[in-house]
Amino acid sequence: MKRFLGFVKKEFLHIFRDVRTMIILFGIPAAQILLFGFVVSTDLKNAQVAFLDLSRDEMTQKISDKICSSGFFRRGETLLNFDDVDKALRGNKIKAVIVFEKNFGRKLISEGEADISIIADGSEPNMATLTTNYLTAIIADFNRELAGTSAAATMLIQPEVRMFYNPSLKGQFMFVPGVITLIMILICALMTSITITREKEFGTMEVLLVSPLKPIQIILGKVIPYFMLSFVDVIMILLLSWLVFGLPVKGSLILLLAESMLYILMSLSIGILISTVSSNMQQAILISLVGMMLPSVLLSGFIFPIENMPEVYGWISAILPPRYFIVIIKNIMIKGTGFLFVWKETLILMVFTAVAIGLSIKNFKIRLQ
Amino acid sequence: MTKNAIISVKNLVKKFGNFTANDNLNFEVHEGEIFGFLGANGAGKTTAVRILSGLSAPTSGEVIVAGFNARKQPEQIKKNIGYMCQKFSLYEDLTVKENIMLYGGIYGMNKKLIRERTDSLLKRLNFEEYGDRLILDLPLGLKQKLAFSVAVLHQPKIVFLDEPTGGVDPVTRRQFWEMIYETAAGGITVFVTTHYMDEAEYCDRVSIMSEGKIVALDTPAELKKQYNVGSVEEVFIKIARP
Repeated sequence: MKRFLGFVKKEFLHIFRDVRTMIILFGIPAAQILLFGFVVSTDLKNAQVAFLDLSRDEMTQKISDKICSSGFFRRGETLLNFDDVDKALRGNKIKAVIVFEKNFGRKLISEGEADISIIADGSEPNMATLTTNYLTAIIADFNRELAGTSAAATMLIQPEVRMFYNPSLKGQFMFVPGVITLIMILICALMTSITITREKEFGTMEVLLVSPLKPIQIILGKVIPYFMLSFVDVIMILLLSWLVFGLPVKGSLILLLAESMLYILMSLSIGILISTVSSNMQQAILISLVGMMLPSVLLSGFIFPIENMPEVYGWISAILPPRYFIVIIKNIMIKGTGFLFVWKETLILMVFTAVAIGLSIKNFKIRLQ
Repeated sequence: MTKNAIISVKNLVKKFGNFTANDNLNFEVHEGEIFGFLGANGAGKTTAVRILSGLSAPTSGEVIVAGFNARKQPEQIKKNIGYMCQKFSLYEDLTVKENIMLYGGIYGMNKKLIRERTDSLLKRLNFEEYGDRLILDLPLGLKQKLAFSVAVLHQPKIVFLDEPTGGVDPVTRRQFWEMIYETAAGGITVFVTTHYMDEAEYCDRVSIMSEGKIVALDTPAELKKQYNVGSVEEVFIKIARP
């Protein structure tokens, strides 16, 4: 046991002395969570819209006021003619231009119909869709108000939409679980595979194998520090997302931490497996990044919904562990569900862990053939 | 034989698929001697050393090292040997003392003993001021000497040196061999593979391997007489090159 503890201590020294390792362990997770939280925000806040008002009457004034007081939009410049529309959009600040036709108010009252056009910047498809959806909703709302005050009230079905679990549709709710999932697989799989292949490459592995340390002790000694530090990472990310973005853990924190441990364990096993099949660090990095990271980002459901993928990609995604952990962590963090709702995914992660450990043992050349 | 055999190899065969790396080896290494294990690259030296140090199991034959059977008790063998390999084996991002502490700990020594031996070791090598330096900052010659000292820190019965002097300058090589002599004088058997033929002259006995077989085994003087040449190098060229 003493032998083993000395060996674990040495691994901690390696980690704490290497600036790059420390950055990967603690800098990247913090940066990722802040980056995704602040920059890749999918909600609309204070987007600038410009107005081209060819009518300038009470009605157009009311509508533009309503749009700009919604909180989603901010009044940008006021345009004078159609030539300005293109110029305004090219400036990149204006996300959409709203055009009221001539005699808008009069037409609306006398004919009961008037036209507004919304011109959005299609070079940013997500933003354009969001903007137009919000604008249409605001205008529809205005329509209903108008109908309500006029004598000829029309029958209207008003759907009342509520977003469960994430009422204000905060983007961070999506990204925090995703980032935890990705970061853990990055740190655990990549770092363990690197640290083990490094010993192979430098020849120290041979000396260790000749020593009285058992192979299982060597592997555990290399993995335990990463297990502990990854766990610290999970706690750090949860704290950050709670303090900075106000994202609470709705379900049981204990369950969430236990599931995280399982996921870390699985990622570490995958890292060990990678190290048994690669003979140098470059190879290990390549397999971890291209083989694990890329598919995890693209196919785990983190960014693109699995339901919308072509069937084949769905199959590939089924063998990616992050996909299941994202479901688990979202359920616990955001929906606040208990173990009963995530036991299937938990079981799948356990199977992944067992398979990775089994294959590693089979691959690990205990006696260095 | 008047001396005790600390390594005894009988009919050792090691096969990888169809390739026979060690073809029926028979030899003994005596307690306290410096045994040179020579051979061209690919002659099967490294394979044999791995079997002797408990890293690899023999396909057939009986191998006894320090009183333990290499097939059945590799873990016991590992506790009783030291090992220094071709590649440099200390951790570059740890200090000299941390490296010593690590390897001492792995071999089950207690901290007090490690500290005592560290002090005497550093004194002997005139290394005192280097104790808290990172290995990375040391010149290669010092590193190599330190690696050897660490390999015998736990005072094993046998130390295996796998081409220990590769890439080292002649002066350091000379000093290194003085350390080997001191170690052997202290009762530790030294088993060394090398392809520097002048080093073979320093050994008590040498064996020469070619194509998986031991083709010669005797004292350097006896070998030279037998083949009627002036150096072990010429012996080697005569028999190892077909």
